[in-house]
Amino acid sequence: MKQTMDKQRRSESSASKAPARRQFFTDVARGASAAGMIGLGLTAWASSAKRSDPQAIRPPGALSGDDFLNACLRCGLCVEDCPYDTLKLATLFDPAPSGTPWFEARKVPCEMCEDIPCVAACPSGALDPALKNIDDARMGTAVLIDEKNCLNFQGLRCDVCYRVCPLIDEAITLERQRNSRTGKHALFIPTVQSDACTGCGKCEEACVLDETAIKVLPLELASGTLGQHYRLGWEEKARNGGSLVPEQLKLEIRRPENSNAN
Amino acid sequence: MQTERQANSRVGAEAAATLGWWHAHRFLVLRRFSQLSILALFAASSLYGLDILKGNLSSSTVLNTVPLSDPFVLAQLIASGHWPAETALLGGAIVLLFYMLVGGRSYCSWVCPVNIVTDTASWLRRRLGISKTTRISNSLRYWLLGLSLLLPVAGGLLIWELVNPVSLLQRGLIFGLGSGWVLIAMIFLLDLLISQRAWCSHLCPMGAFYGLIGKLSVIRINARHRERCDDCMDCYKVCPEPQILKPVLKGAANGVSPIIFASDCTNCSRCIDVCAESVFEINTRFTTEVENKK
Ligand code: SF4
Ligand code: SF4
Ligand code: SF4
Ligand code: SF4
Ligand code: SF4
Repeated sequence: MKQTMDKQRRSESSASKAPARRQFFTDVARGASAAGMIGLGLTAWASSAKRSDPQAIRPPGALSGDDFLNACLRCGLCVEDCPYDTLKLATLFDPAPSGTPWFEARKVPCEMCEDIPCVAACPSGALDPALKNIDDARMGTAVLIDEKNCLNFQGLRCDVCYRVCPLIDEAITLERQRNSRTGKHALFIPTVQSDACTGCGKCEEACVLDETAIKVLPLELASGTLGQHYRLGWEEKARNGGSLVPEQLKLEIRRPENSNAN
Repeated sequence: MQTERQANSRVGAEAAATLGWWHAHRFLVLRRFSQLSILALFAASSLYGLDILKGNLSSSTVLNTVPLSDPFVLAQLIASGHWPAETALLGGAIVLLFYMLVGGRSYCSWVCPVNIVTDTASWLRRRLGISKTTRISNSLRYWLLGLSLLLPVAGGLLIWELVNPVSLLQRGLIFGLGSGWVLIAMIFLLDLLISQRAWCSHLCPMGAFYGLIGKLSVIRINARHRERCDDCMDCYKVCPEPQILKPVLKGAANGVSPIIFASDCTNCSRCIDVCAESVFEINTRFTTEVENKK
């Protein structure tokens, strides 16, 4: 019995060696191409998921853009330690890549806790532990996006966004402008100072319009970038103690005869 | 007579008859208890602030002190170029050591919630007598594992974590599933209708990763009394990786050890449950082979 088994095994092994090897290579090729196909699909999907969505505002201290997506473990510890239930983890078809923390300012804004518990909870460093002062957080920046419907632009004194801002008169100011409709009043234009705004979203939550006129947008979306070659004359002047280009030649001003313009 | 028995009786029925219901189901019950209580503890923390286990399977803290992190997610993080903070690394090391000891794929059978989904599909498959199956290469999961670690290097993004059904389901059960159920339903239907044990045994890169971790693990299933095996085939039917059973059950003549060294074994111990002849035992890899030496 054992003998026959042995014989069988031997014959099997010698006869099936070549086909077995061929089978192995077919398997490898099939595995590789299946994996390749899945990989391509995933990559394509990932690149669409990567695009920042206007609604996906990140917790304070979040690394920027892709760095955050790479660093976040999707553990939800920040979500659990947020005392105001601001943060939530994205599910599959949310505007943020699934599993990452985000918040909708219009629903629940960030209360800017002084001890920043969400950052303290993050085990991976996706929320930068170097953030010690919540006023330095840049979750996004508020943008007064609808000047047409904002009540202050109509000459009314709504001011709600201005008054709820934790950094009132720093992150958001009221700039006076002439009201050309009445001719004798002022417009108080809510103006976001994007270098001070933390992106907490309290202004967006508080806006009295049905659809908010002021919105918090991710920084990448809201901020422009000055071309590398640009030099602002007044800044250069201040830095160098004088203008970089020699003073312009003073040309004689010729005017038509008898002109009394000065 | 034997074929008749195979056709007529349910898997494990004989074990239940000879050894009692509890004996024939104990590891299944314990496993479900383990899987569900882990989820329940996470959910209790998320919903009621009961912080015994906080976070989710990707990363968590025990009693607000001991960190635990999933080494597979950490590996993807590192591949994408982010060096995680110490808490996460420490958590990863603890989890890694644990599974190196108890068997990597114990994660699959004792912790992973997708296992409940795929086990149900497989059970339903047996009950409904669905035998049609599409062959998927067993090694595809290793290709996907390579891919899940390679794509972050190339693209710098945790691409697998965008879709990983394991992360998705466990997170969903703790924080709300949203539309994630679509993916889970797809896995269930794939396993039920298209290919037997397609997900866990052929595709899941996470299972493959934990399998590799457990290559040298200490805890092993041992077909210690394989001479008693009467070829009822029950263990083959319940085992999620049945290909690993034949060598140990039939290998006595060739000097193959009865200990299951295959890293695909999930240490689910279901084979112990359903075997009426009590062939299997939980042992360590160092168990000396005593059988057939009498
Ligand atoms: S700062 Fe406070 S309110 Fe804002 S996200 Fe963090 S924990 Fe929540
Ligand atoms: S705690 Fe950190 S790693 Fe965890 S979900 Fe929040 S940001 Fe991501
Ligand atoms: S988001 Fe709005 S409320 Fe918050 S700091 Fe910026 S301007 Fe102020
Ligand atoms: S193979 Fe994957 S999905 Fe299946 S139990 Fe293991 S980790 Fe979970
Ligand atoms: S051999 Fe046994 S313990 Fe291992 S996976 Fe199969 S049924 Fe589970």
